[in-house]
Amino acid sequence: MNFTVKLFAAMRDLSGSDTAEVELPDGATVGDLRREIAKQFPLARTLLLRSTIAVNHDSAENDRPLQSTDEVAVIPPVSGG
Amino acid sequence: MFRLTHDAIDHANLLEMARSPHCGAVVLFLGTVRDLTGQQVTVFLEYEAYAPMAEKKLAEIEAETRRRWSVGEIAIAHRLGRLEVGEVSVAVAVSCPHRAEAFEACRYVIDTLKELVPIWKKENAPDGTGEWVHQSAKPGAT
Repeated sequence: MNFTVKLFAAMRDLSGSDTAEVELPDGATVGDLRREIAKQFPLARTLLLRSTIAVNHDSAENDRPLQSTDEVAVIPPVSGG
Repeated sequence: MFRLTHDAIDHANLLEMARSPHCGAVVLFLGTVRDLTGQQVTVFLEYEAYAPMAEKKLAEIEAETRRRWSVGEIAIAHRLGRLEVGEVSVAVAVSCPHRAEAFEACRYVIDTLKELVPIWKKENAPDGTGEWVHQSAKPGAT
């Protein structure tokens, strides 16, 4: 499964791109996706630990299995308002 | 009603939209760009959003607010892009039959928005440096 993961704010600055291309085996979970992003962007690891992963616009736990059609994004701690 | 916009927020219009003949109270909250955070001087802010998720979360906040209080109308607008000191970054207008619940409901909307909605701000200092604000959101903390 291939995902184009959306990145925002400092996550985007640290990784140098507003998306990350991630390839995962079938049955992979949100936790697997986290590990792959951390591997690709070592500078963003600390922020990634404090971020949630959104799947189809809702926060997802690490044990959630991913589908190839899912929209995935890294959500750093928010600061709107 | 909620809106993400790059244009200046017309908060008087937002307030009018929240008025209802069934309501005796309308509360308007405005968030405005502050020049100082601790010792740090801010020259301007930049806001960005993950728009489809932000709209979904705002719809959920509206639904939960209506579940908890007898709300007439809710109108929310959040600004995106570059904002100068003093400009309105967010506006929340809520009407209810009575003032106590209008104050409570309006406070719940802004506190929950700051906690849950994927919007981020970057504080830009006089020396040209900028920093995204990523402290853990606590309702009412910032």
